[in-house]
Amino acid sequence: MGKITGFMEYEREKQPYRPVEERVKDWKQVMQPWPVEPLKVQAARCMDCGIPFCHQGCPLGNMIPDWNDLVYRDQWADAIKRLHATNNFPEFTGTLCPAPCEGSCVLGINEDPVSIKAVELSIIDKAFENGWIKPEIPEKKTGKKVGIIGSGPAGMAAAQQLARAGHDVTLFERSDRIGGLMRYGIPEFKMEKRRLDRRMEQMEAEGVTFKPNSHIGVDIDANDLKKEFDALILSGGASARRDLPIPGRELKGVYQAMEYLPQSNRVCMGDTIPEEELINAKDKHVIVIGGGDTGADCIGTAHRQGAASVTSLEIMPKPPKERAQDNPWPQWPFIYRTASAHEEGGDRVYSVQTKKFHGDEDGNLTDLELTKVEIQRTGGRMMFNDVPKSKKMLKADLVFLAMGFTGAEKAGLVEQLGVDLNERTNVWHENWQTNVEGVFVAGDMQHGQSLIVWAIAEGRSAAAAVDKFLMGSTDLPSPV
Amino acid sequence: MKQPPKQQGLYDPTTEHDACGLGFVAHMKGQKSHKIVDDALTILRNLIHRGACGCEENTGDGVGILIQKPHKFFKRVCAEINIELPESDSYGAGMVFLPTDPEQSKHCQDIFERIINEEGQSLLGWRDVPTDDSLIGPTAKEGEPTFKQIFIGKNDELDAPAFDRKLYVIRKRVENEIWGSELSERELFYLTSLSYRTFVYKGMLTGSQIEPMFPDLGDPDIESALALVHQRFSTNTFPAWKLAHPFRYVAHNGEINTVRGNANWMRARESLCESELFGDDLEKLFPICIEGGSDSAVFDNVMEFLHMSGRPLPHAVLMMIPEAWSGHETMDDERKAFYEYHATLMEPWDGPASLSFTDGEVIGAVLDRNGLRPSRYYVTHDDFVIMASEVGVLEIAPENVKIKDRLHPGRIFMVDTKQGRIINDEEIKQEFIDEHPYGDWLKKNLMPIENIPTPKNIHGLDTDTLLQRQQAFGYTHEDLKILMAPMAANGMEPTGAMGTDAALAVLSDRSRLLYDYFKQLFAQVTNPPLDGIREELVTQVAITIGPEGNLLKPAAESCRRIKLNSPVITNEELAKIRDVNLPGFKTKTIPILYSVAEGGAGMDKALEDVYVEVDSAIKDGYSYVILSDRGIDENKTGIPALLATAGVHHHLIRNGKRTQIGLVLESGEPREVHHFAVLLGYGVGAVNPYLAFETLGSMIGNGRLPEMEHQKAVANFIKAVNKGLTKIMAKMGISTVQSYCGAQVFEAIGLEKAFVDKYFTWTASRIGGIGMKIVAEEMNMRHHNAFPEREVKEPELEWGGEYQWRRDGEYHLFNPDTVFKLQHATRTGQFEVFKEYTSRVDDQNEHRATLRGMFEFKFADKAIPLDEVEPIENIMKRFSTGAMSYGSISGQAHETLAIAMNRIGGKSNTGEGGENPARFVADANGDLRRSAIKQVASGRFGVTSNYLTNADDIQIKMAQGAKPGEGGQLPGSKVYPWIAEVRGSTPWVDLISPPPHHDIYSIEDLAQLIHDLKNSNPKARIHTKLVAEIGVGTVAAGVAKCHSDVILVSGYDGGTGASPISSLKHAGLPWELGIAESQQVLVMNGLRDRIVLQTDGQLKTGRDVVIAALLGAEEFGFATAPLVVMGCIMMRVCHLNTCPVGVATQNPELTRKFTGQPEFVENFFKFIAEEIREYMAQLGFRTINEMIGQVDKLDTNKAVDHWKAAGLDFSNILYKAELRPGDKYYQVKEQDHGLERSLDVTKLVPLSKAALENKEKVDIILPVLNTDRTVGTILGHNITKRYGAEGLPDDTINIHFNGSAGMSFGAFVPSGITMTLEGDSNDYLGKGLCGGKIIVYPPRHSTFIPEENILVGNVLLYGATSGEAYLRGIAGERFCVRNSGVSAVVEGVGDHGCEYMTGGVAVIIGKTGRNFAAGMSGGEAYVLDEDGDFEIRCNTGMIGLEKIEEQEDVDKVKTLLSNHVQYTQSTVAENILKNWKDYQGKFVKVMPTAYKNVLAAIKRGKEKGLTEEEAIMEAANG
Repeated sequence: MGKITGFMEYEREKQPYRPVEERVKDWKQVMQPWPVEPLKVQAARCMDCGIPFCHQGCPLGNMIPDWNDLVYRDQWADAIKRLHATNNFPEFTGTLCPAPCEGSCVLGINEDPVSIKAVELSIIDKAFENGWIKPEIPEKKTGKKVGIIGSGPAGMAAAQQLARAGHDVTLFERSDRIGGLMRYGIPEFKMEKRRLDRRMEQMEAEGVTFKPNSHIGVDIDANDLKKEFDALILSGGASARRDLPIPGRELKGVYQAMEYLPQSNRVCMGDTIPEEELINAKDKHVIVIGGGDTGADCIGTAHRQGAASVTSLEIMPKPPKERAQDNPWPQWPFIYRTASAHEEGGDRVYSVQTKKFHGDEDGNLTDLELTKVEIQRTGGRMMFNDVPKSKKMLKADLVFLAMGFTGAEKAGLVEQLGVDLNERTNVWHENWQTNVEGVFVAGDMQHGQSLIVWAIAEGRSAAAAVDKFLMGSTDLPSPV
Repeated sequence: MKQPPKQQGLYDPTTEHDACGLGFVAHMKGQKSHKIVDDALTILRNLIHRGACGCEENTGDGVGILIQKPHKFFKRVCAEINIELPESDSYGAGMVFLPTDPEQSKHCQDIFERIINEEGQSLLGWRDVPTDDSLIGPTAKEGEPTFKQIFIGKNDELDAPAFDRKLYVIRKRVENEIWGSELSERELFYLTSLSYRTFVYKGMLTGSQIEPMFPDLGDPDIESALALVHQRFSTNTFPAWKLAHPFRYVAHNGEINTVRGNANWMRARESLCESELFGDDLEKLFPICIEGGSDSAVFDNVMEFLHMSGRPLPHAVLMMIPEAWSGHETMDDERKAFYEYHATLMEPWDGPASLSFTDGEVIGAVLDRNGLRPSRYYVTHDDFVIMASEVGVLEIAPENVKIKDRLHPGRIFMVDTKQGRIINDEEIKQEFIDEHPYGDWLKKNLMPIENIPTPKNIHGLDTDTLLQRQQAFGYTHEDLKILMAPMAANGMEPTGAMGTDAALAVLSDRSRLLYDYFKQLFAQVTNPPLDGIREELVTQVAITIGPEGNLLKPAAESCRRIKLNSPVITNEELAKIRDVNLPGFKTKTIPILYSVAEGGAGMDKALEDVYVEVDSAIKDGYSYVILSDRGIDENKTGIPALLATAGVHHHLIRNGKRTQIGLVLESGEPREVHHFAVLLGYGVGAVNPYLAFETLGSMIGNGRLPEMEHQKAVANFIKAVNKGLTKIMAKMGISTVQSYCGAQVFEAIGLEKAFVDKYFTWTASRIGGIGMKIVAEEMNMRHHNAFPEREVKEPELEWGGEYQWRRDGEYHLFNPDTVFKLQHATRTGQFEVFKEYTSRVDDQNEHRATLRGMFEFKFADKAIPLDEVEPIENIMKRFSTGAMSYGSISGQAHETLAIAMNRIGGKSNTGEGGENPARFVADANGDLRRSAIKQVASGRFGVTSNYLTNADDIQIKMAQGAKPGEGGQLPGSKVYPWIAEVRGSTPWVDLISPPPHHDIYSIEDLAQLIHDLKNSNPKARIHTKLVAEIGVGTVAAGVAKCHSDVILVSGYDGGTGASPISSLKHAGLPWELGIAESQQVLVMNGLRDRIVLQTDGQLKTGRDVVIAALLGAEEFGFATAPLVVMGCIMMRVCHLNTCPVGVATQNPELTRKFTGQPEFVENFFKFIAEEIREYMAQLGFRTINEMIGQVDKLDTNKAVDHWKAAGLDFSNILYKAELRPGDKYYQVKEQDHGLERSLDVTKLVPLSKAALENKEKVDIILPVLNTDRTVGTILGHNITKRYGAEGLPDDTINIHFNGSAGMSFGAFVPSGITMTLEGDSNDYLGKGLCGGKIIVYPPRHSTFIPEENILVGNVLLYGATSGEAYLRGIAGERFCVRNSGVSAVVEGVGDHGCEYMTGGVAVIIGKTGRNFAAGMSGGEAYVLDEDGDFEIRCNTGMIGLEKIEEQEDVDKVKTLLSNHVQYTQSTVAENILKNWKDYQGKFVKVMPTAYKNVLAAIKRGKEKGLTEEEAIMEAANG
């Protein structure tokens, strides 16, 4: 609380974005850094609450009021220390997190919440700028070996925590580059990949060994790995995608978002994609099914590829502008939001369900058939009923399914280790340890698809559990 | 019950308090007569209202009379039983209380006789004392001893004084032997006195019973030239014959707050005492202080010791109760030297005291430095001196009165019957001052720290290891940010809000410092807290440290000590002490480190080693030891500093060496005010918190303290600690650090009893808890953070989370989850969600936070059907909301609560800020915005007859959970016009609530205020709000005897708008302890069923309420939870006026955001009531009444597996006191307020009928006595009832009284009444005057000069809001205190005049005392300053002094003076008016600065053409 009355004096400002007409022409990050002075004003809006709901709302338990205060006071070096104390990768969350903290910000009860995320990003950017981010190399090594399978945010966080605790950590990734969904799921314009590379450098110096192209359970037997390491952490994500098994699904032009986005990312990174595999939206009518973040990423990508039109479809009704009665503060506000990709164009259609894909004789997608739906709640269950006579056809050259994920992949790793799943097809665990001793789990693999911030938090907690398992006690923090 | 009960349940006999009325009559020339005895007994009868009765009307708390040994009488009656008495000088006599069992009685007599022989004297005989106990009540009878008088003949070898000393030795030996014996009735044995000079009759009697009880007293042969009487008001009703006063030399009214420390220090001093007078007999006198005696008894013990070993009585008095000298503006150096020297011999016995003393020859009285007890005297033309707590206790013809005066703070008044004159204060003191060259002695020996050469080696800042050491000593980010930064920046202790809902130290999962296990005690009811800020002249933080000399033989070297300006010392000062190289000073540093790995055993052993080192240091002639925890490393850490110092302190008390060495602490641990308070309280003399200083250095380095130099930061920090200490001392009523040192005014909570008994001896710890092992474990946790075996993360301080919730910090009951659930449930009316909320709060298995969290219900085998349990409507009547003022919370929030509570039949509380009369009328929809409970707090804001008349309940706030013992301040910026209007003050001007009620300095004063308020509205219930601490049960019993209808016992954790953080956290106890103790003690006393017991303090769920009921509460208050229901999100910034949800702010920008609705609050209470019903069904209770006090339905968690909580023992809380036959565990009877016997009911109201009914003019003439108290108030109430705030036209009812009026004359009298008193009056005249007129002048045929004599008592016009007062004579202390609207003229005032005044006009045409205008934020005073020295006596903190220049002022003063002449025939005023030109320039106008500025700003605004309202709003900007 740099300024006691800051919240009464200052308004929330919007995060500066590059102008739409400029940014859709390239792949560079849309979000722009805040100049220091206006950012300090934003930090001054923080009320340093007796109960900082933001700090609770953040899975990592970020000490938000404290670094808001430090930023207001221009104490950036202390701010990054405080931020890093709870968050290994503030630049990931600072760019990508939907910021549940802001949803639970107390000021948000009757005003716009504090721009927490922007402050967070500025702190870490400033820290990198000033060269304050250095490897934290442990003084003593424990001689214990930990293998971490899956290099998304959960795996990376766990790896960094354990390496700093003195363990020998190897981080396995089935893909050719480290980073999981952050590498291939997130478009460059949302988070530049250099941020990832920069962290990898630090982690390498701290003693983490990266093993990309290592598909455990396929290329390498998981049990061999288990023998080689004193502990394993499974952090392979919830990569089983939800599909849409309706007539026409097999048509050419219907893709999973997770086929489309990684490829586009590869292109950005300079990889060459064979012409026949290339999915390019240029001059095409694109429909994205699923109104979430992945959907928005598809929209932004399609815009940049020069799509003729982009429409996104969502089965749920359009969210209200303000919190609904049954969605009180400090719960995550289910309200109508506009991502950067939405600003860039396209239509958003709500309360519709895709019934059928139509194609031409060559098996190419031409149209999409949908109906309006109404929600009917019976007991706890939600049913979507077609609205009579609401059938509609949309022109479609490309459809991307961005409908979420259904849980951990069973084949390979999970089966080989004999790890149990729970009823939601996520990996079962107790205090991060699966039913197999010495095998731990973190991130979406046990949570189901979720936010990066959860993944980092769980990676940290799993690291603490592993440290305790290996050493008998631990001082590593366990945020969740 | 033959004897007072021992400790049982939560009752602790050491918490007994008493107060009283006292008086004496003496003939100045020593003429003996029986009349003096008779008169003294009359005084007793006229002071009955100052004593009390217990559960029986005919059992008093005790009275007594001390007279000269009635030789004539004894000679005669002894002859009748064949005892031949020699000359009066040659025998001693004593009254002996003996066991009732004849054998035991005989045994005692045998011991007595044997010792008389052994001491070389002879027994002359025993006389059975005739008694008649037929009038006394059963309780008193139960404890009644048998009575014999003993007569002891002097051995011819001795002279009379030596014989008196011998009698003293005999008495002490007999006492020691009998009390140390195995006799079952040994406690009955007692000697009221044993002397050849004086004799005492006393017992557990009322003022009217003593004479019938001891028919001796009626015998005309009983003659004395002096008689000292005392009427006791005890907080309990247990038989205690020997606790009646007078003791051998004194009768005491008041309370010694530091008595524990004083007694400890005395004990430590004994070994150094040597006396030529006693020689080898000296040993026989020890222990001087009788363990288990009352404070007055112990005081008497020491005074007797000092006197018998050679000091004249008044000298002993000056040593023990010195006046406030250090800050005295005008005291000469010699006198200061006298006091300063004696302060090195003995610390003051600090606390309110009006003390009368006599040795049979001189008789005198003294008032403590604060002058908080009333004492008035008359001297008559025929040489009688009559002194008493009140005037009017003895009828004296006005023309016989020569002088009327009062005792002044710190001054002695004494009659020497030998010399046959009054010896005044100056003369008495001068004699002692001249005795020795004290100034020289001090100059040569007492070494101010600044005079010691500065050594080379001073510790600096070690940044490299700072973090590690901070971790080892448990520093948190919060310590830095919330506690230390504001201290260093502003020199002020930080403020917090909304109470505390965090875990008690013993229930916390975190490692907590030992200090956290100690709760500060505070004064309530029996003794007033002080205002250390506004009344700074009585406080002193300077302290001298070092070895003491022989108390009995003062010498120059006795003051060879170091004088510190503050008990907190810098590194430089410590280095000076360490390296001091001067004769008589030698310092040894002793490390207090231990090996962490060895745990509790290692710590224990290390402590023993420290003791050995300290002992040998003393042996080697060192004068100081520094206990130091410097030098911690990966293996070693410091013994908790508090444990080390308290351990050494008590070790040295035990071996009698404590006063041979000065104890200094050098520690990294202490950093908050409370830490220093506990350290000092357990005996350390000076503390060097080096790590705190280094931390400040690093905070400057990293920008946490911008633009600050280290030296300045350290100085500010020390200043803040000292301010905080002053406040902590003041809340206990202690003025000097020297007396606070070692006074142990703490209760331990969560510490093992054996551990406490060993290291913190004589500290209460009633629920057990952790011992050495766990203390070491907690140390270990901190040490581990600092020195981890394996570093896995960037080292960083922990957050803490005590003050602001954090996930890794301390557990709080209100956290994001529970706040959300509570708001959601009550806003949407979902009981299921509410149950989720309560289950989160109640389920403290995982996180323990409260004592109640540890309890379990023993449900009935078979639940009763829910529909048989009484309905929620019945239950909700027992609910109230907490006292939150309009001012601390917004109007919206305040009215929302009121509407909701009125709808459900509960009660809301105004808080202390008054209430807008517009709210007394129902709204169109039937809602009533009136608060049913009207609070009366120390500020008395807006307390008028109309306010009180519109109450269902009137609540006296004695203390507040969040900051018991403290006052408050509403900063000017929050005094919005609408707040000022309701409070009767000026917008934008600070409002101060004093720490004490200035009309409650002791328990009988509370009885008086209760009486006043009952008179102001006879239908209302009168509440007394207390806060839980040890002894609250005893206080509650006393309050019940004061006829309070309701007693509220609050927990320490309750919310608040603003409180120093140390008070928020460290003062008071959870209500579980307070309510259980109150229930137990009330039941034991047979008082429970005449009062309603209420509790509050973080009540949040139905389970909380049920537990409170089972422990004894029948009504329940909620504050924080309803605030949360209305939108509060525990921002904890109430004090900043920035509440972002519009609850605790006045800022219109923010109150706009308030979204609370009465319906939400209704939902909350309905849900709570419903939950209660569910529990009741399971417990098998159909009504709440059935449930009250049924503690056996509670159990403690069977298996406590918490590492700390495992040692807790709740059996004391769950103790069920046995009912007396016919009694109940809950209220069934009404208190007898006795209003029907009052002058108002019997005379004034009937005589005023025409005025009341038809507004006709009425004239009444009546006599008045001091026993007629609160005259005019019921009449006023009757006017208000009919005519509202407006009252009747001025002078409609004119009443002329003749005589001495009792206390609270004209209290709360509204417009239309004019009360003229020809005579004089006691304290509290015109209290709460709200429109009426009061005129007092001496009887027309008096012979004394009115303007030179006292006319009216202390604390006049307290909280008065409008009206006039004209007083032809001098008023006592605190004239016009917190006046907010009355115009008054008086001809002289005592100390603290116009204190805290916020409005009105005072014209003073006579002498003024010291500290005038302290805390005066409004109104004006015009003071005639003939000697031109007024400024010295004025506290200019908030005011400016001006000349009278404006015509407006001239007119104002002249008008008031003309009125004064007209009403009182004042010749003084007449003369001034006649010679106005000469006098105008001699008047000083006292004008509060902020007030003046605001008035000027408003005026400017209006001149600019703004409306009044706009001008006021704009004045906010100055």
